Amino acid sequence: MPFLGKLRRRVAHVGVLLRRVIGAPDYDSYLAHVQRRHPGTVPLTPDAFARDALARRYDRPGSRCC
Amino acid sequence: MTTTVSPGRSTNRLVAALGWSLVALAGAGALGYLALSRGESVSAAWLLVAALSTYAVAYRFYSAFIAASVFALDDARVTPAERLSDGRDFVPTHKWIVFGHHFAAIAGPGPLVGPTLAAQFGYLPGVLWIIVGVVLGGAVQDMVILCASTRRDGKSLGQMAKEEIGPVAGFTALVAVLGIMVVLIAVLGLVVVNALKSSPWGTVTIGLTIPIAMAMGLYMRWLRPGRVLEASAIGLVLLIVSLYAGRWVAEQPELASTFTLSGKTLALLVMGYGFAASVLPVWLLLAPRDYLSAFVKIGVVLALAIGILVALPPLQMPALTRFTDGSGPVFAGALFPFAFITIACGSISGFHALIASGTTPKLLERESDARMIGYGAMLMESFVAVMALIAACALTPGVYFAINAPVAALGSSVQSAAVAIANWGFVVTPAELDLLAKQVGETSLLSRTGGAPSLAVGMAHIFSRVLGGSGAMALWYHFAIMFEALFILTTLDAGTRVGRFMLQDLGRHVWAPFGRTSWTPAILLSSAMIVAMWGHFLWQGVIDPLGGVNSLWPLFGISNQLLATVALCVGTTILIKMGKARHAWITVIPLAWLVIVTMTAGAAKLFSPQPRLGFLAHARFLRSAQASGTLPPGVSSAADLARMIANDYLDAAVAGFFLLAVIVILGDSIREWLAVLRGAKPARSTEVPFQQRAAVAGD
Repeated sequence: MPFLGKLRRRVAHVGVLLRRVIGAPDYDSYLAHVQRRHPGTVPLTPDAFARDALARRYDRPGSRCC
Repeated sequence: MTTTVSPGRSTNRLVAALGWSLVALAGAGALGYLALSRGESVSAAWLLVAALSTYAVAYRFYSAFIAASVFALDDARVTPAERLSDGRDFVPTHKWIVFGHHFAAIAGPGPLVGPTLAAQFGYLPGVLWIIVGVVLGGAVQDMVILCASTRRDGKSLGQMAKEEIGPVAGFTALVAVLGIMVVLIAVLGLVVVNALKSSPWGTVTIGLTIPIAMAMGLYMRWLRPGRVLEASAIGLVLLIVSLYAGRWVAEQPELASTFTLSGKTLALLVMGYGFAASVLPVWLLLAPRDYLSAFVKIGVVLALAIGILVALPPLQMPALTRFTDGSGPVFAGALFPFAFITIACGSISGFHALIASGTTPKLLERESDARMIGYGAMLMESFVAVMALIAACALTPGVYFAINAPVAALGSSVQSAAVAIANWGFVVTPAELDLLAKQVGETSLLSRTGGAPSLAVGMAHIFSRVLGGSGAMALWYHFAIMFEALFILTTLDAGTRVGRFMLQDLGRHVWAPFGRTSWTPAILLSSAMIVAMWGHFLWQGVIDPLGGVNSLWPLFGISNQLLATVALCVGTTILIKMGKARHAWITVIPLAWLVIVTMTAGAAKLFSPQPRLGFLAHARFLRSAQASGTLPPGVSSAADLARMIANDYLDAAVAGFFLLAVIVILGDSIREWLAVLRGAKPARSTEVPFQQRAAVAGD
């Protein structure tokens, strides 16, 4: 059913937007970046990427305010 | 030579000019009405119209001026997000997403608590300072720092202070940021403690948010890796469950007494939580909590806006109260300068400069996005402050002061409170206070200082008018408390962790292994140190018979405005070095105002002869009591008395340090400005040279 497919894509898109707004690690775009800009290098695993992204987010002022 | 303007275009321009004139007139009219109305209560609609039309005009014209004439933002210029794109920190992101992200990062409990406390002066000072302060100060600061950092590859405020002004300013800024974190976390901790004191419902609900966050963390790591939204949805449902669980516990007499905790116990628990958040892995506690909080934050801000629009509550608070003279019970100090210290976030918040030079500049897709994100998001934050002010002023003054005045002013019974409030010229009966406490599901609302409970009562009023009626007051009240506490605890835990890293960074100069961020002894030691630092201030606030807010909130306000001073000094220096000295007034005007305000407020907190206001006068007062062997009201032992005297000196030293920091940074900046303007020093800034966008086509 084309309508449902479209709806599903919409929902998925909103999901991507929400993840970015709350600042969740975005592995897909990291992977896309590595493949496009640094072909041949081995990207981090999803788990390593997530750990690294989170650690970096909370180790300096500027992630959270009063 | 004739210019040809097509008729259609000139008509459009006429319509636009007319339209904007109407918006400006509406804003000016609403402000005038608010300023001149006396006696009867006015509708919140006036406040909303005044705020929204001022924002619209300021955004349309002033931010456009800064974007075009001052910074000459240029979409042909490549942004760091594109040039340094690494898929991790530097990621070109659509401007609406950056807007949401930036807003979620800058919006904290500050704009909720400050306006609530400042409502003791009446609604007028708060609303004027929030509206005028943001369009001329706060939004300008955020936008200027965001533009400056974007043109410097996302450098931090501290780095920019060091490179643009000099090493002295840079180091002072670094130490000031650490000092601010400590005071901020302490005062926010105090707000949570006061909101949960003797409230089993609130304590259980907030307490449950911790295991909920950890369950989300485990889910995202082991059960369904990376499913952030799924985990958040589950978390949100569990938050609602915890709200009902809290009510259930409060209804079981035995359980309820177990969870009826004193301020001291809660303070220790908050410290333990801060320590755990700093030591535990980020994925387990901090990150899931942050996601949850971001959703709740955006959701509640929208809901509050809708609630206020639908209910349009009348403002019960007068435009000005008699407490503008400085005799107010909520905090000591006259309208000038203390209204401008009490409301920082919402008008101008130096802390935002850390965000605007943190994650955000690394995400901008186009330079021109800095206008909407820097200036626009701050307007939205200011609107949150306006809504908090409305919620506080929608309460009758009698109820407002019953909740926000300390025990020392009210006594400990509803009868004594009603008498004290009648002496201030407001009316509330003991029966009304008992009924309200019962309606919101608490045993007492007296002297629940810190701003959170009164805001929650205000929000519960507004929400229950829209949904659920007065029967739903208790649920709405605890929902609002949960929302505020969630806000505060996410600032508290992230702040403790950041403070730990800053401490480790400073400490490694003394002892190198201390700086190793993944060495367990260093982690434990530095975390314990930072918690001890803010914990000390929190503890002092909890045992203070004046309520703690009286000494800690002004310190926080001064420190936050100090950081804004740093940001505006950096901004002015950069404008001068860009050859835009003739436009430097955009940062110099708010800077001058902030320097006046911080210096007068700081001097008053230090040297005022009134014991309620001046730290040193208070210490003298306590010492004379000590010498005569008596205990002042509210102080339970000689040991407490001695500790309070030491705390007064500590507070005085901290205030003195903040004032000194303002002088050092301002002096160092003026030296640099004069050197550049006189031509003694080349106007060389560290801006990254222009690079055409087409050069990095692709990514």
